[in-house]
Amino acid sequence: MRSRAVLTGTHFLSGDLACAEGAIAAGCRFFGGYPITPATEIAERMSRRLVEVGGVYIQMEDEIGSLAAVIGASYTGKKAMTATSGPGFSLMQENIGLAVMTEAPLVIVNIMRGGPSTGQPTMPGQQDVMQAKWGSHGDYEIIALAPSSVQEMFDLTIDCFNLAESYRVPVMLLADEIIGHMSERVKIPAPEEITIVDRKKPKGPPNEYQPFKPDDDLVPPMGCFGEGYRFHATGLTHDEKGAPKTVSVEEQTKLVRRLCDKIRKNTHKIVRVQEVMLEDAEVAILAYGITSRAALSAVRKARKEGIKAGLLRLITIWPFPTELVAKMADHVTAIVVPEMNYGQIVREVERAAKTTPVSLLSKLGEEPHRPSEIITAMRKALQ
Amino acid sequence: MKQTERMTQHPLTKYLRSERMPHIWCEGCGNGILLNSFLTALDELKVDLDKIVVVSGIGCIGRAAGYVNVDSFHTTHGRAIAFATGVKLANPDLQVVVISGDGDLFAIGGNHFIHAARRNIDIKVICANNFNYGMTGGQYGPTTPLEAWTTTTPYGNIEHPFNLVHLAAASGAVYVARWTALHVRRLKDSIKKSLQKEGFSFIEVISPCPTIFDRYNKRGTAVDVMKWFKLISNVKHGHDPAKTEITKSQIMVGEFVDVERPSYGRLLRDMTKKVQEKLKEKKAK
Amino acid sequence: MVLSKKLWRTPLDTEKISLPKAEITIQPDLCKGCDFCIEFCPRKVLEKSDQLNKRGIYPPKVADESKCTICGFCAAICPDFAISVTEKKCKEGCEDEK
Repeated sequence: MRSRAVLTGTHFLSGDLACAEGAIAAGCRFFGGYPITPATEIAERMSRRLVEVGGVYIQMEDEIGSLAAVIGASYTGKKAMTATSGPGFSLMQENIGLAVMTEAPLVIVNIMRGGPSTGQPTMPGQQDVMQAKWGSHGDYEIIALAPSSVQEMFDLTIDCFNLAESYRVPVMLLADEIIGHMSERVKIPAPEEITIVDRKKPKGPPNEYQPFKPDDDLVPPMGCFGEGYRFHATGLTHDEKGAPKTVSVEEQTKLVRRLCDKIRKNTHKIVRVQEVMLEDAEVAILAYGITSRAALSAVRKARKEGIKAGLLRLITIWPFPTELVAKMADHVTAIVVPEMNYGQIVREVERAAKTTPVSLLSKLGEEPHRPSEIITAMRKALQ
Repeated sequence: MKQTERMTQHPLTKYLRSERMPHIWCEGCGNGILLNSFLTALDELKVDLDKIVVVSGIGCIGRAAGYVNVDSFHTTHGRAIAFATGVKLANPDLQVVVISGDGDLFAIGGNHFIHAARRNIDIKVICANNFNYGMTGGQYGPTTPLEAWTTTTPYGNIEHPFNLVHLAAASGAVYVARWTALHVRRLKDSIKKSLQKEGFSFIEVISPCPTIFDRYNKRGTAVDVMKWFKLISNVKHGHDPAKTEITKSQIMVGEFVDVERPSYGRLLRDMTKKVQEKLKEKKAK
Repeated sequence: MVLSKKLWRTPLDTEKISLPKAEITIQPDLCKGCDFCIEFCPRKVLEKSDQLNKRGIYPPKVADESKCTICGFCAAICPDFAISVTEKKCKEGCEDEK
């Protein structure tokens, strides 16, 4: 029987719709959101589809409430998500911190548009990549993936849920307006071909459960509300039992380090990149999202013109694959970073590349980079 | 520890995380009374403690969630209701109670409050109203009376306060009551009633803040404040919530709203059932 | 009292029925000294202790347990879960304990 949850087959969908289908296929049964261009179509699709599969769609009063509701749903054991764009993402920063602190597995989709402020609602941007990592206060780590096709909007949304469940962390899908709104062919596999990861459950008796006591992988098993564990979770610094520890240096150090280390120490397992013709490359392009499509075309064209070009496409933006970039930097003479912002990920690249020159190819506004512009930048970098 | 041993004698001990007692609240603070009434209500109703979730926001009363020995969550400032909305909708079998303060629920969280009430989310909101931000040292908030002295109204408050029960009623709450911390029995009964009722319930608890607000405003000791509550409170069930403003000479208390309206959860479940049946029919064809 | 003697007779079974006796449990170290229980006890059963507790305040003590009608208001209004009242369990009626 064909499952209503997984629409197996080949479809022609926009990125936003593919994302919604990916979420439902991944087991998402709660969506709390607020309409915002260019992410509204995700909410629209979810409002229709979640009811079909017995899930919950709620349109909250703002993005602050949206993420709060999603954290609440996650704590009952449901897979939950929200989708937004820049201004809404700004409002969510407060509860991103709460989700990190209380280790709530959930997915936040950000279809990036032009900022700051209301900026250019219908235009693409990659201006939130630093905010995704640093937007909330305090030290923390999250995971962020960047799709570059509609198919990846489907596939990576599933990966986002799996990563969130594995590491008990908010995971972000950082797409942009073009990926969100353009339509492409999407292959939705059969349900049995889709890998689904669920959060670890506690094994011992409920009265001995310590909600924030991690296993060796630094991730604590998660009991959920209503399962008899009767535990407390708080945004305050807490011990392994969940009790507030607001003046303990020891507990603060232990907790903050663990929250960061559960991602940092697993970076090698989390990080995914695509390497194209990097083996003998003299000049490398580092790109992600929509920009990487032009970059790929630029690499192919440049090769024809005799330039030894290669591409490192980041599928995982956060945690940043510093080691991989450092290794690549050792083998090339220059790195070009095309971004639809005024220089964000380029800073991470510079940090990783050390002495290898890194140049930014910034683009703001309507148009994504053209391959020719990237080739010109490569030539310039090689001079 | 001796103290924990002795605590086991108290009949409400099983509802408390005894190892976290004594709580952080000052002597004479109404928060402890509110918690006491809430736990007594749970006890009398024999609520399944595995199926109740207590959520609180930030502030003195925000610590309440951490003291109750059930599933509990201490959210960011103002977001308790939004969080509780997610919990209730994602698992309708859970009884969800929000215990928070006037500043948390009506200033920073005001928007969540009115919308949850409008949607008639099946959650119970109990608000400790002490007329100021006590935890940060006594700044004025959305319920501070005109002319009151707080650390940020050094010349007296010039903002008009909210009438919380009126706000709740106007927003669509199906059960609205107000009691002072002295009306412990009636408060407990109201909590019991709200727990047995479907829909968005709101109970305001007028609470003494002897260390901060009452001291700044020369209201005397906690006992003096409670005696004053006794003197000026006027029980009027079913009174028009619009006419229940708290004044210097009167605190109108009682059950002001008790109506029936289908909750969001119920409407959602009904709609889901209909949609799924239609889909099945379509498939059969 | 004179009036009541005139208007009401003493119930015939007064001798047979033993009134329930209260057992008031105070945990002095949990008390923060708000005095609500002392102040609002309708029968004035409690008074301030002359012994400081470990917080440095004077908790309540029972002045006259026999006056208590087990209304439980002291327990209900205690913000600190420091006082509770139960009915004394007496095998042969509590009167004999005196």
